[in-house]
Amino acid sequence: MAISVEGACKRFGDFQALREVSIEVPDGSLTALLGPSGSGKSTLLRAIAGLETLDSGRVMIRGDDVSTQPAQKREVGFVFQHYAAFKHMTVFGNVAFGLKIRKWDKADVERRVHELLDLVQLDGLAERYPSQLSGGQRQRMALARALAVQPKVLLLDEPFGALDAKVRKDLRAWLRNLHDEMHVTTIFVTHDQEEAMDVAEQLVVMNDGRVEQSGSAADLYDHPANEFVMSFVGEVNRLGEHFVRPHDMTVSLDRDAGEEEAMVRRIVALGFEVRVELVLGDGTEVWAQLTRSELQRLELQEGQIVYLKPGQTKSFNGDVPSSDGRGASTPLGSQDGGDAEVSAAV
Amino acid sequence: MRTERRWGLRALGLGYLLALLLAPVAMIFYKTFEHGLAPPLEAITSPDGLHALKLTLLMVAISVPLNTVFGVGCALLLVRHRARGSALIDAVINLPFAISPVVIGLSLYLLYGTHGWFGPTLAEAGIKVLFSVPGMVLASIFVSLPFVVRETVPVLQEIGTEQEQAASTLGANAWQTFWRVTLPAIRWGVAYGVVLTTARVLGEFGAVTIVSGSISGQTQTLPLFVEKQFQNFNAPGAYGASVVLALLALTTLLAMNVLKRKEDA
Repeated sequence: MAISVEGACKRFGDFQALREVSIEVPDGSLTALLGPSGSGKSTLLRAIAGLETLDSGRVMIRGDDVSTQPAQKREVGFVFQHYAAFKHMTVFGNVAFGLKIRKWDKADVERRVHELLDLVQLDGLAERYPSQLSGGQRQRMALARALAVQPKVLLLDEPFGALDAKVRKDLRAWLRNLHDEMHVTTIFVTHDQEEAMDVAEQLVVMNDGRVEQSGSAADLYDHPANEFVMSFVGEVNRLGEHFVRPHDMTVSLDRDAGEEEAMVRRIVALGFEVRVELVLGDGTEVWAQLTRSELQRLELQEGQIVYLKPGQTKSFNGDVPSSDGRGASTPLGSQDGGDAEVSAAV
Repeated sequence: MRTERRWGLRALGLGYLLALLLAPVAMIFYKTFEHGLAPPLEAITSPDGLHALKLTLLMVAISVPLNTVFGVGCALLLVRHRARGSALIDAVINLPFAISPVVIGLSLYLLYGTHGWFGPTLAEAGIKVLFSVPGMVLASIFVSLPFVVRETVPVLQEIGTEQEQAASTLGANAWQTFWRVTLPAIRWGVAYGVVLTTARVLGEFGAVTIVSGSISGQTQTLPLFVEKQFQNFNAPGAYGASVVLALLALTTLLAMNVLKRKEDA
């Protein structure tokens, strides 16, 4: 394992940021720490980098316990959400920083910096200052700076969080390609489940200072360990004790084809996909995801009465990892959907 | 209506500045050169005048670097290592602003005088503090102490800690981070503090009068020289020395502006 964290606890005043968190990240993988704000994902990343000290627990990088080492000794590359560019240095100076600290030869520094600027497609901008770059360019510069010193692991804290939607999408794809080329073990923090599923091979879902579940995007989507994971990774409707994905809702005009009567409250066309918001007899609000052609076939109108048939539903018993108070060690890749009971439609 | 009011406000602001700040300074310049260059030049190139100028520059040369190092260190302590006692330090730093310079001079007199706490011991060791350069330096440092701290603290807060954290993940130790990242980022705040410190030391009168005894040709700085000339009805001398003081302060300000413009270009 490139990185493993064991029983990490961290408290800030009254706020418990990490509660016995353990994760393992395989060598060369690209892993996302996914969770809402305040879930502890950034704290965990910063603890791995040595920017926060843990109250208890261990951080191992390539088998060495680095828990007591300061950030400068850990040989990690860290990329901040707001770039943390050295504003008084040129792009060249920024990328060369770590090499100069390591007292590299001037010619070697020159060669290495240009190699990296080439990699992040900023080679023509070496003499610019960060203030003269766009957000996306600044973040690529920050990435080149972190990679220059050949870190053992690359840690990215909401790297695309400050960028607009278009640039964010481009950078995502680009990061994915870069990782395929470089194979440096990478962990990135995000609160955007789509981004996590798009970029990462492995996801670690965090909530309230704990790891809720880890695994591949497909694992988490198809076999969520609990209600939180199911609703955070993908959309979900709640029907009593059962949970169902909006695309697993069948809408029909035929009373015999459905089980639940509902009224169409609103129809939102989002291009190919159509979001149909419905109210059940008991006032529960749910929505169904249909395609344009389905909508046209059904000729749905707002205010109309329809019949719903939930496809695959799930229910979770009370004994989910989130409520037993201890996040068990969850090696990535293990398909742990054991707490989820998959049931057919009633 | 709106533009009229704006012009009215502008005129009021300018008039206020003109009457209270610019008119007196302009008057000094006018009076100095009223009878040509010779009288003020003569006064300022007299042995006592030259000595006063040198002594004033010596005060600056000693106090400003000390207060700069202390000020930056103190600002780092206050902003980056917020520990117990910081609030107290924060309050104490402002003392020189709050206390009249004359009182500061008196307190130094009481400490280092013949009957003061430290005076006798230092006298035995052959160190004379009062009525000599060490006492004057102490007074200058005291009165100008808060400027660098006060100018540096907000800049340090503004730049945040991310650049420093980035430097540490890139392998820089605390010392390297300070010299290569923190100091360049706060340099204009520090520079502004240095300018204000210099101006304050150049012009200090109250505290230095008391600890120096204002002995002509020995412990007289330029402001004290001005006062002495004024008391002796030597108007050209007083004006001449005043102009030199004003020019020194202006040069400091200009030097910073030039440096800053070069940087921004």
